[in-house]
Amino acid sequence: MPEIKVTPLGAGQDVGRSCILVSIAGKNVMLDCGMHMGYNDDRRFPDFSYITQNGRLTDFLDCVIISHFHLDHCGALPYFSEMVGYDGPIYMTHPTKAICPILLEDYRKITVDKKGETNFFTSQMIKDCMKKVVAVHLHQTVQVDEELEIKAYYAGHVLGAAMFQIKVGCESVVYTGDYNMTPDRHLGAAWIDKCRPDLLISESTYATTIRDSKRCRERDFLKKVHETVERGGKVLIPVFALGRAQELCILLETFWERMNLKAPIYFSTGLTEKANHYYKLFITWTNQKIRKTFVQRNMFEFKHIKAFDRAFADNPGPMVVFATPGMLHAGQSLQIFRKWAGNEKNMVIMPGYCVQGTVGHKILSGQRKLEMEGRQILEVKMQVEYMSFSAHADAKGIMQLIRQAEPRNVLLVHGEAKKMEFLKQKIEQEFHVSCFMPANGETTTILTNPCIPVDISLGLLKRETAIGPVPDAKKPKLMHGTLLMKDNSFQLVSPEQALKELGLAEHQLRFTCRVHIQDPRKEHETVLRVYNHLKGILKDYSVQHLPDGSITVESILIQATAHSEDQGTKVLLVSWTYQDEELGSYLTSLLKKGLPQST
Amino acid sequence: MAAHLKKRVYEEFTKVVQQHEDLSTKKLRLTKPSKSAALHVDLCKATSPADALQYLLQFARKPVEVESVEGVVRILLEHYYKENDASVRLKIASLLGLLSKTAGFSPDCIMDDAINTLQNEKSHQVLAQLLDTLLVIGTKLPENPSVRMRLVEVACKHLTDSSHGVRNKCLQLIGCLGPVEKGVAKESESQAAKDVQKIIGDHFNDQDPRVRTAAIKAMLQLHERGLKLQQAIYSQACKLLADDYEQVRSAAVQLIWVLSQLYPESIVPIPSSNEEIRLVDDAFGKICHMVSDGSWVVRVQAAKLLGSMQQVSSHFLEQTLDKKLMSDLRRKRTAHERAKELYSSGEFSSGRKWGDDAPKEEIDTGAVNLIESGACGAFVHGLEDEMYEVRIAAVEALCMLAQSSPSFAEKCLDFLVDMFNDEIEEVRLQSIHTMRKISNNITLREDQLDTVLAVLEDSSRDIREALHELLCCTNVSTKEGIHLALVELLKNLTKYPTDRESIWKCLKFLGSRHPTLVLPLVPELLSTHPFFDTPEPDMDDPAYIAVLVLIFNAAKSCPTMPALFSDHTFRHYAYLRDSLSHLVPPLRLPGRKLVSSAVSPSITPHEDPSQQFLHQSLERVYNFQHLDPQGTQELLEFTIRDLQRLGELQSELAGMADFTATYLQCQLLLIKALQEKLWNVAAPLYLKQNALASAAAKQILEETYKMEFMYSGVESRQVVIIHHMRLQAKALQLIVTARTTRGVEPLFGMCEKFLQEVDSFQRCFISELPHMQGSFVDKLLDLMPRLVTSKPSEVVKILQTTLRQSIFLHLPLPEQLHRATANIIEPTGESDNPLRFTSGLVVALDVDATLEHVQDPQGTVKVQVLYPDGQAQLIHPKPADFRNPGPGRHRLITQVYLSHTAWTEPCQIEVRLLLAYNSNRSKASTRIPKSTWSESLEALPPSENGIEGTIPFSKPVKVYIMPKPARR
Repeated sequence: MPEIKVTPLGAGQDVGRSCILVSIAGKNVMLDCGMHMGYNDDRRFPDFSYITQNGRLTDFLDCVIISHFHLDHCGALPYFSEMVGYDGPIYMTHPTKAICPILLEDYRKITVDKKGETNFFTSQMIKDCMKKVVAVHLHQTVQVDEELEIKAYYAGHVLGAAMFQIKVGCESVVYTGDYNMTPDRHLGAAWIDKCRPDLLISESTYATTIRDSKRCRERDFLKKVHETVERGGKVLIPVFALGRAQELCILLETFWERMNLKAPIYFSTGLTEKANHYYKLFITWTNQKIRKTFVQRNMFEFKHIKAFDRAFADNPGPMVVFATPGMLHAGQSLQIFRKWAGNEKNMVIMPGYCVQGTVGHKILSGQRKLEMEGRQILEVKMQVEYMSFSAHADAKGIMQLIRQAEPRNVLLVHGEAKKMEFLKQKIEQEFHVSCFMPANGETTTILTNPCIPVDISLGLLKRETAIGPVPDAKKPKLMHGTLLMKDNSFQLVSPEQALKELGLAEHQLRFTCRVHIQDPRKEHETVLRVYNHLKGILKDYSVQHLPDGSITVESILIQATAHSEDQGTKVLLVSWTYQDEELGSYLTSLLKKGLPQST
Repeated sequence: MAAHLKKRVYEEFTKVVQQHEDLSTKKLRLTKPSKSAALHVDLCKATSPADALQYLLQFARKPVEVESVEGVVRILLEHYYKENDASVRLKIASLLGLLSKTAGFSPDCIMDDAINTLQNEKSHQVLAQLLDTLLVIGTKLPENPSVRMRLVEVACKHLTDSSHGVRNKCLQLIGCLGPVEKGVAKESESQAAKDVQKIIGDHFNDQDPRVRTAAIKAMLQLHERGLKLQQAIYSQACKLLADDYEQVRSAAVQLIWVLSQLYPESIVPIPSSNEEIRLVDDAFGKICHMVSDGSWVVRVQAAKLLGSMQQVSSHFLEQTLDKKLMSDLRRKRTAHERAKELYSSGEFSSGRKWGDDAPKEEIDTGAVNLIESGACGAFVHGLEDEMYEVRIAAVEALCMLAQSSPSFAEKCLDFLVDMFNDEIEEVRLQSIHTMRKISNNITLREDQLDTVLAVLEDSSRDIREALHELLCCTNVSTKEGIHLALVELLKNLTKYPTDRESIWKCLKFLGSRHPTLVLPLVPELLSTHPFFDTPEPDMDDPAYIAVLVLIFNAAKSCPTMPALFSDHTFRHYAYLRDSLSHLVPPLRLPGRKLVSSAVSPSITPHEDPSQQFLHQSLERVYNFQHLDPQGTQELLEFTIRDLQRLGELQSELAGMADFTATYLQCQLLLIKALQEKLWNVAAPLYLKQNALASAAAKQILEETYKMEFMYSGVESRQVVIIHHMRLQAKALQLIVTARTTRGVEPLFGMCEKFLQEVDSFQRCFISELPHMQGSFVDKLLDLMPRLVTSKPSEVVKILQTTLRQSIFLHLPLPEQLHRATANIIEPTGESDNPLRFTSGLVVALDVDATLEHVQDPQGTVKVQVLYPDGQAQLIHPKPADFRNPGPGRHRLITQVYLSHTAWTEPCQIEVRLLLAYNSNRSKASTRIPKSTWSESLEALPPSENGIEGTIPFSKPVKVYIMPKPARR
């Protein structure tokens, strides 16, 4: 039996370091190549020695696919391609290809320059790595080699995020990467057609969550910001550079526009500015509203949002500031926070999850007095709000995607084991497909039952389908022909052609069968009775009574003779060629049942 | 039966014979050079298929007269049999279809030939086209069941074709022509007696999705034509919902909807369990499921249809808004539930803690159903959809369902309020309108009101005004709510001062709806103090006026409130009652006379006496025949004055009073004109005087057009009288012209025209004539035979005498009569700063106007710009510029482009609105009974019924403009 093997090197029952090996019909594909944020040692990168101990990876992998630009999906790429060594193609979408190097460079800077690590990839390596990247468009089928083809689908999540279908022959795998089934202010919802893959590899970050409507959250967020600004307070929103920051920017921008508000909005320069540039470029990847209105105005060309300067923090009057990083642990956002924390009119809104130990986590858990470096005590009087904006599909979204794609098997990655267990059970229960959740390094084997394509000439196909009753749509149909196997391809040809090709002479094969019938009448009368009987039953076939006393049903011949010994018994001779085997055997069984009593 | 059959055979046979006759007569026609002959020559000349195709294409561009259609068809068919090239045959087939569409041509004579052509055809495309032609022929012959039967049989035969195109067309044909009544199908002997539904149903499983779609569409077509679909199709249709192709799913959704409307109460089993539910509930669940389909076309379709499934049980309906939230396998409350809880617990700040929404109870993992089987959360999904088309459809569906179910309305409120923050303005607007429509079913909670009011700051005027409309008819539960609404509206007012009118109106309704809630707020709102005198607020402050409007309207039904007013409030009341009488109601104030007329509102419903007055004065007028001419004139004059004043005082009766006053005015003019002395003197001497008579005639004509087209609610009884008055005016005109012109030549034409008009009047209003005893037209019709034969001078004489003798007709009043009015809000005409622009270029002037009681404003309302040099410009606003904020009301917001050559100094131009009318579209013509319609249509000369004109119906507004010479 052919099989598909899947081995997660990362993200198996875990979040972070996404890296999944898939071998399908003799092709090996690596899906994503991420780093783990939780580790600073070797564990942060996937263990590529699993693929091969020595020698270059190029020989073992046919291609690498990166789903989107988040570091836990692409962070290990330069290490993998330049330091371990891989020269094959790397596929990603255009926006991912554009934004990915920025993030990698930023990541490198922080690790090398700030933490002082050595033996890390260099800027040049990032550049070299990006040279190996092949960019793909949405819904474009890319032939990696003659047999392997991949196709990208829209995934929402972040700009340029894609789901990939990997297909060899009739076997296919769909890898979702991270995706979002509910649209947000700047991106649309993930969509896939009914491609019925053998295996769907899905993320499951929110396997046990069903989320509330996005609108309430957005409204709350806007209301809080609006109220504070009207009071004359300042709003600080710590964000990470990409993804959510843009969503919130759009949200506030449109709100400001709608409500005719005048208070300034700033975002910290640097990464975000660069990223916004790409958002402006890749309008086709955004949601309906932005795509439709961009002719009048590109939504990412913010009218109300301006670049932030350090000096602005001391300006009087209301303002809204987006500042990095998102967890208030360092950098600009922390500086601004320290300046504004003392005033109860101000507000800080945390739009995402905060790791334990950061200032963000402390204030969210209600701590009002913070100890800063230098034994300073900072009293937090400003309001602290929490607002979760996440771009992963929730349990319902995952189920919805499965329903859309109709896979034969599902494999869950990128989630916690306990939560996966729940979802796995649900999937099996509701779709009746088997579901897997391998841990890192554990190999899952899925048996497939691929169809084998056979070539058939149009003439033969038409001839064969024309025989018998009306062709029925989806039912399997019996066909006669000769199967030729020529160098790795199958062909169904007509018997004549096969004989010709093989240089053989044709032999006729005929079946004859004698059926005894008790009938005291004369031969021709018996024949007539048989004829009437058959004509009555076989309405769809041409039944003929020939002048020489025989009956033909299509090409089957029936003759009646009196038994040599017993005149009361007639012998019916039924003769047919092997092509008519079906009808012939039916006829004999019919005749064996005897004739109906004549009236 | 057999006899019947024989008869039918004979029938067909005779038909064929007739065709031969046709053929021979046609040949006669061919002798004259006709189109068909030309075509024949062309086709014979064609050497290659490409040539022939060219000829046919050219031929198709020109219309063919009815008489030569058949000849052309014969030639085409002749050529068809000879032609080997499929593309030419295809074109011929399509031409056949086009030709049989020709009006007045009955295609049954070519049907047999068309069917014959099918038999030997090999090309699938040509076959499909031929079937299409047959479909056209079949639809042209609706009263011929046997023809239809034959066509259906032909279609059934070709259903086994291997090409999807042919099968498609066959199904379409069966759908359009298949027998609808069961009886007919039984009677006919052949295989078409097979159930059409079954034949179509068999193709639900066709291998080609296009054919599947066509099959479903054909089924829907049958339904539309009145065939009752069998319930058995339901299960088949349900399977089609899971089809791979979106067209199929979309059509299947429709089919399921149709079935659910046909068999709402029948019971269907739930698969995988033993339970059974009503079909409509099951279908509802299935369609709900399709709201999360992969294709947005299907989603829109499904969401739209949900709205019209009103029979669904409330249990299922409420599920559509239900979405169980969980987080890490623990049940979580939705933000809506939290908001509700906070509200009911009396706390009114959203908890500002992380983990405020922390999940509470553990969920039993087994009990969670992630793919809901039923209607669960369909609207939650629909309202969150990516495509705004789906969201709009969902909002509309919510609206329709909520209108029929108050409990559902209550539930969907939260979701509608959420939609106020949608990113697309259209969706926001739609949801506000929806909310308004269901507002009598609901009461807003304070937190909901808060969200609603937040939208008041929207920069889009449409949104704000829609919201004002909504607030006009919402119920608020607490006095804090009222206060909140007032504060937000005042904020709105300071931010967008142009909203003044709309906000005042909104507060008027808020006040009159919630008098008891306003009462405790009065001291605060008026900032009165028990011990101290507070400064008197500025009377011109729009915000203060807004507050007063709220309070006065509340005070109307709350007699204790005036006690809380301070002195200046009373003064302000008197002022406002005069200046803004439409916003401030009459109040009974202690120690003060009522400001309005002697009618006291508390004793009797106040329309009554004024209505009585109206009728009494009319009664008086109608009896004036007994008076001398002088007295009649005076009486009419007084009555007109009275009526005009009444219209000003009583806005409810304004339409009625104006209408009758106009009518009386017409009569007055007529009487005056007839009493001129000129009639007694030889004509040429009194050229000067007749100016009055002809002016009167002209004015009466104008007034009658106004009466006919400017009032909504005019019924045919009134239209007759108006037309009658117009006829009289025309007679007057004729007489005057006869008197003043020399020679008879021009009179001939005029007399003829007049008589034609009398004639058409008689035909249009034949049913009303009995009510018009002794009237002008009545007498005229009696004299008609004489009139037709006599000379113009005699006609004039007769007319003059009848006009004098004829009695004054009563004008019966309809129930509701409203005069179309328009009010230009912008430009205000107050600006002293001229609008400067370079001459030769254009400047856009924003025009904003409210229209009331205008029917079909898109077609009738025009903007006129008058330049100081007398040049007039007529602008047709785009249909999209009209909004419809409420029944009978429209709003025109448009831009008018002005341009002119350079002026030396700024000057004023006039902008006004016109109501265009066309006597073609006259209400009279639509009201004549069907039978006379067709006759009159043919008989009426086309020139006569095309009088177009315009009525100015708004006050002109002056705009100061200054085109500057271009600088070089």
